[in-house]
Amino acid sequence: MSPVLKRPREKFKLPSKYLLLLLTGLCIGIMVVSFNTNIVNTPLNFVAGYLLVPFQSGISQVGGWFSDKSDQLLELRDVLEENQRLKEEVDKLTIENTRFQQERYELYQLRELLALDNEYSEYEKIGAKVISRDSSNWFSSFVINKGSEDGVQVNCNVMAGSGLVGRVTDVGPGYAKVTSIIEDNYNTSGMLLSTGDHLIVTGDLSQMAEGMIAFSKLVDRDNKAAVGDKIVTSNISDHYLPGILIGYISKIETDANNLTKSGSLTTAVDFEHLEDVLVILELKQTVE
Amino acid sequence: MKKVIVSAFFAVVCFLLQCTLFRSLSFGGIIPNLMIIVTASYGLMRGRKSGLLIGFFSGLLMDIFFGSLIGFYALLYMYIGYLNGIFRKMFYPEDIKLPMILILASDLLYSLVCYILLFLLNGRFAFSYYFMNIILPEMVYTIVVTCGLYPLMLFVERRLEWKSKEGATKIV
Repeated sequence: MSPVLKRPREKFKLPSKYLLLLLTGLCIGIMVVSFNTNIVNTPLNFVAGYLLVPFQSGISQVGGWFSDKSDQLLELRDVLEENQRLKEEVDKLTIENTRFQQERYELYQLRELLALDNEYSEYEKIGAKVISRDSSNWFSSFVINKGSEDGVQVNCNVMAGSGLVGRVTDVGPGYAKVTSIIEDNYNTSGMLLSTGDHLIVTGDLSQMAEGMIAFSKLVDRDNKAAVGDKIVTSNISDHYLPGILIGYISKIETDANNLTKSGSLTTAVDFEHLEDVLVILELKQTVE
Repeated sequence: MKKVIVSAFFAVVCFLLQCTLFRSLSFGGIIPNLMIIVTASYGLMRGRKSGLLIGFFSGLLMDIFFGSLIGFYALLYMYIGYLNGIFRKMFYPEDIKLPMILILASDLLYSLVCYILLFLLNGRFAFSYYFMNIILPEMVYTIVVTCGLYPLMLFVERRLEWKSKEGATKIV
């Protein structure tokens, strides 16, 4: 037997330099493809949905329990004080509520007359839990535990309480990715509720610590916009259903061009402590 | 094979912890970057090739769940793993200063690239604000977590190597 035969076959090894080059090319390729189409996302979402999402739900429950406990200890004192105050407020509000109920009855009647009933009817919603949040400190998208199996689609609007949170940008079998309106590279078309003037709401990381985001391009010829005014999603938005509360104006100033106004608004939703959200299953009607 | 499973385990567990448990343990909304610790340490301990592969897959995990563009974080983490692998020649298990410095530098590099590509190009010029409120706190928190996580990973790695060496001597 010749010694050549005995020698085990050399394993083919790719030098790391070439591997780096190869994967760099692959990454750039995927980036280009995923920017233009949805081919890469769908299978990856499918795999990730089944492998990782169950763990995320489990761990975030444990994490939630820890933060709940620490919050509870810190907040107990404040809560006792607040309770006293709230009880007084409840009495006041009950009186107010009865008055509003009467007014609402009147409103319904008037609405029926105007046939506006359809437009403002309740949208079909489902509740969902936030199971994981963005793993970087730069953005604030999150993952919820309802997906295509529950009827959630891309571009479904997401609310928490009475305010707008964002919209679904990616959907897997048992989960969906929600991009929030406070995200830095994200614009939302809004409207001043009092006057119906349109404006652009832009997420801003540097103001987020104070719970505010920026708005701009508000045309307010009559100078009616004031601090505290409600901003809702506009009827000309591509993705958002009209009339969902975004927040309240907290700062407003005239731009250098003297035509438009900009400033910042306090969001209606507390994004720092988001746990349960509502997904509106109805999609905005688009022209296509 | 065992090595692959162990590093995959660390990467996945760190990813899951980072986007769930650590979100609840955040200080002022800032979470540590566990994925950087995993990528940089394995790059340092195992060399360039492992570093870039672990970086690639950790980055891909982030892309799938939170990236707007699949491939961006994968590319970034891959280069960080590769660059850390270059320092393998200087690696001694007893020395904790080098991994600390490298992880710190990697996190800084990662944050700077994120800032420049995702924020500066978007017209956010207040670098000092982002540095003081996001980059620096993240680095500090990351280095604190490294003190616990890195020794654990080193311990597991040495156990693996010791076992494979023991196996080799038995055959002889």
